Amino acid sequence: MNNYLLISIIIAYLALLFLIAFWAERNSKSKWINNPYIYVLSLAVYCSAWTYYGSVGIASQSGISFLTIYLGPVISLPLWILVMRKIIRVSKQHKISSIADFISLRYGNNRFLGALVTVICVFAIVPYISLQLKAISETFEIITDDTSYVSTSVFDDSTFYISVLLAVFVAFFGTQATDASQRRKGIMTTVAVESILKLVFFLIVGVYVTFFLFDGTSDIYKQASQLDNFKQITSFNGLESGFNWLFTIMLSFFAIFLLPRQFHVAVVENDRERYLKKAIWLFPLYLLLFNVFVIFIAWGGNLTLTGDVNNDYYTLLLPLQNNNIVLAMLVFLGGFSAVISMVVVSTLALSTMVSNNLIIPYGFLDKFIKGNPEKNANYIKNIRRISIFSLIIIAYFFYIKFSYELSLFSIGLISFAVIAQLAPSFFIGLYWNRGSAKAAKIGMIIGVLIVVYTLILPFVVNVLTGNNSFVEKGLFDIKLLKPYQLFGMDFLSPEAHAFFWSMFFNTFSYLTISLLSKGNYRERNYAEMFVNSSNYANLQDGAFIWKGEAYVSDIRSVLNRFLGEERTERALHLFNLKYKVSKEEEMADARLINFSEKLLTGSIGSASARILIGSVAKEEPVSLLEVLKILEESKETIAINKALKEKSEELIVLTERLKSANTELLEQDRLKDEFLDTVAHELKTPITSIKAASEVLVEGDDMPSELRTKFLDNIVSDSDRLARLIHNILDLEKLSGGQEQLEIESNQIDKTIDKAIHGISQIASNCKVKIIHQNGEEIFANYDEDRMLQVLTNLLSNALKFSESEKGTIWITATQKKKGIEVVVEDNGKGIPKEDINYVFDKFYQSKHQNIKKPIGSGLGLAISKKIIESHKGKIWVDKKYKKGARFLFTIPN
Amino acid sequence: MKKILIVDDEPNIVMSLEYTFKKKNFEVYIARDGSEALQIAEDKIPDVVLLDIMMPNVDGYETLKQIKKNKHLKHTKVVFLTAKNKATDIEKGLQMGADKYLTKPFSVKKLVSEINELLN
Repeated sequence: MNNYLLISIIIAYLALLFLIAFWAERNSKSKWINNPYIYVLSLAVYCSAWTYYGSVGIASQSGISFLTIYLGPVISLPLWILVMRKIIRVSKQHKISSIADFISLRYGNNRFLGALVTVICVFAIVPYISLQLKAISETFEIITDDTSYVSTSVFDDSTFYISVLLAVFVAFFGTQATDASQRRKGIMTTVAVESILKLVFFLIVGVYVTFFLFDGTSDIYKQASQLDNFKQITSFNGLESGFNWLFTIMLSFFAIFLLPRQFHVAVVENDRERYLKKAIWLFPLYLLLFNVFVIFIAWGGNLTLTGDVNNDYYTLLLPLQNNNIVLAMLVFLGGFSAVISMVVVSTLALSTMVSNNLIIPYGFLDKFIKGNPEKNANYIKNIRRISIFSLIIIAYFFYIKFSYELSLFSIGLISFAVIAQLAPSFFIGLYWNRGSAKAAKIGMIIGVLIVVYTLILPFVVNVLTGNNSFVEKGLFDIKLLKPYQLFGMDFLSPEAHAFFWSMFFNTFSYLTISLLSKGNYRERNYAEMFVNSSNYANLQDGAFIWKGEAYVSDIRSVLNRFLGEERTERALHLFNLKYKVSKEEEMADARLINFSEKLLTGSIGSASARILIGSVAKEEPVSLLEVLKILEESKETIAINKALKEKSEELIVLTERLKSANTELLEQDRLKDEFLDTVAHELKTPITSIKAASEVLVEGDDMPSELRTKFLDNIVSDSDRLARLIHNILDLEKLSGGQEQLEIESNQIDKTIDKAIHGISQIASNCKVKIIHQNGEEIFANYDEDRMLQVLTNLLSNALKFSESEKGTIWITATQKKKGIEVVVEDNGKGIPKEDINYVFDKFYQSKHQNIKKPIGSGLGLAISKKIIESHKGKIWVDKKYKKGARFLFTIPN
Repeated sequence: MKKILIVDDEPNIVMSLEYTFKKKNFEVYIARDGSEALQIAEDKIPDVVLLDIMMPNVDGYETLKQIKKNKHLKHTKVVFLTAKNKATDIEKGLQMGADKYLTKPFSVKKLVSEINELLN
């Protein structure tokens, strides 16, 4: 294929990507850009040229072990719901823009740690980027069939120009905002599009090889099984191979979290937590589809491509060999997509780390303090742009110098092994609050050194000296220090071996040093916030503990320099609203410090943010104990507030109940007083009368004898009245107190009624009032007959009292009802006045309307009757509707 | 002859009082409740009214108020004679304008001397 035609196609393709990115930035609110599918597809940046070409290479040489790189992520994905969600929440809360920022913040805005992570990442990823560039260059050569042509200078090399174009692309779309924690929708959309393209093109070539060059999968299998090394590449070689598998799977398991580009797409670019739910099944599906045809393309290549060919490029060579230029072109573009997305996202993530965690905190802070917001924003952007170009150019030169010797697969694995050194401080630190900054630093450094010794040094020594004695004999000829067989461990592949020892020492140092050294208060503060993130989500900025003195105006001026006045004012306004802080407040509190640090973190990284805010705030050290105490307290405060609220509600209810109980008591007390008053009054009346009459008699020697008899009669009747009154009061009290034992027997009610009538028949005939008792059938009921007589007599004598002489008639009847017997006493007297009807059963209630001639009543009769009926579990009441006279009724169960 | 109006709803008490004051040369009038008392008082203009408090229809307090309102009765003295003997009751009665407050049970002799003292 013509060199220039290919270049034009590449340029057209890049132009298309620019357009897509541009369109996405313009339509950043569109649902085409904001959906879980874009998120899942951008995760597929994991599939780089290594997947696209390298998998086939490794499959053709060593069989299915290429799968380990995809099994790690697939195994990790169900955990995403827990782990990744936590990482995302913490990151969003603290405006984290890279993994370096994440680790640095977890260990208390540790500047050195952020820088260390950045260096490790650059160290791991730049060679990886150069391998991607190598893939472009090599596939370019293959497809143009220009084997004779070897570039002699950088400026003749098309890969160089492609690299520069990529750098321009990243620099343009990656630095639109100063705040690096903001999403780059343009870039992510192109990555998603590329993820589709690379998958589709790879599937096309897979189908082409399997079903067009061969006769389906079984055909390839049959033919491939004839090959010499078939058994070796398809079987699983014992325990040793098992360990290799295990460690490689672990390596890729960590990589999916820790690779800067993966952290960037999964965490920084995550818009909604719920996208994770799509990702956990869709992303494994994507990986599965990508790997379906790998083994068949590898076998196909092994069968049909002979001679000195690079196994990595079977995917491209197979269509070319069959003169299918168009398909080869598609394969090339697919691989190109894989490379571009990897390079773009990696450089973007790395440049943010380099600027925010390395360059700015170690050299540019003073400049920022003096500069104005626009200048500062430009500085920051320029630092990132320069980082982007530098990274790509360094990667390019690394490729020119170094990478001829290595396959995509092995450089990829080295890169993974280095990145894996972040794992202990990242994962353990996320769940163990004791993990300290010192431990993290030492663990990482030891881990990286071991990887360098066991994996990189042998390679470098070999390249530089061409001598393999270092690997064969070990350092200073010490057997135990053989780089590939450290301490005599000789059954692992170099990568698995390096991974094992580095992780072992890294984790070991991390754990022991964490246990031995405590770390400062700020570390523990952030450790708490990260480890128990859900607890502090409600506290928000309140979970940050800070003591010291700082003026709001100073902080405002720092923020001004980075955000500009408008954004600063808006942010502070929001802060004041959120925490109900007065605008006039002069002194800053911990929440404002934390809030401001967060605002700056996106732009200049967490360590720098801390340093900058620290420069205007006089911070006082807080003891570790105090930090833990305050955190515990604020956690408790929320719980206590809740409990308090519940308690106070309970108290309100209780108080209400107490109040009403008290009112009731007061009312009872008042009634008691009233009762005593009335009793006293009622007793005084006959006493007064007796006393007066007696005095009159004593003085009245000259009194006529009839008058004397009358006074004496008065004394007798008043004495009777007094005795009756006392008896009734005692009777009522006895009934009220429940001390009265009723002698309940089965009685015939009509007989009892007759007895009652007989008792008052004398008085009735004196008053000339008729009493009519209609006897019906025999009705038996259980009651105390003496008490029942008392009730009946009371009702009858009340009726008598209000009956007119001659005309008066009283009717009394007993009937059997469903629930018991009912007795009715009615008369044709003047009836009960309306205003009295509700009180007739009250103690001492005597109608105002009774005859002037005071009847012989104590005012307790009906009250006593009521008590008696109630103690028989019956009811007594007045028929309010009865107009012809009074009508009393009572029922008792029989 | 001095005129006395006895207002009480207890006939036995009234009987003793009536006998006593007649013997002491009073012109005695009897009322069973407040409304009856007001009618008689207006008619006879008594020198003194012996007034119970707890009575049916119009009670002693109300009767006192009406007497105090009545111009013809401005020289009539009012004496409460009642079983209500709490300090608050006594205070209330005197505040309302009663000339004396006597409690039941009473000594007939003492009652007569109190009334005489009041009228002289």
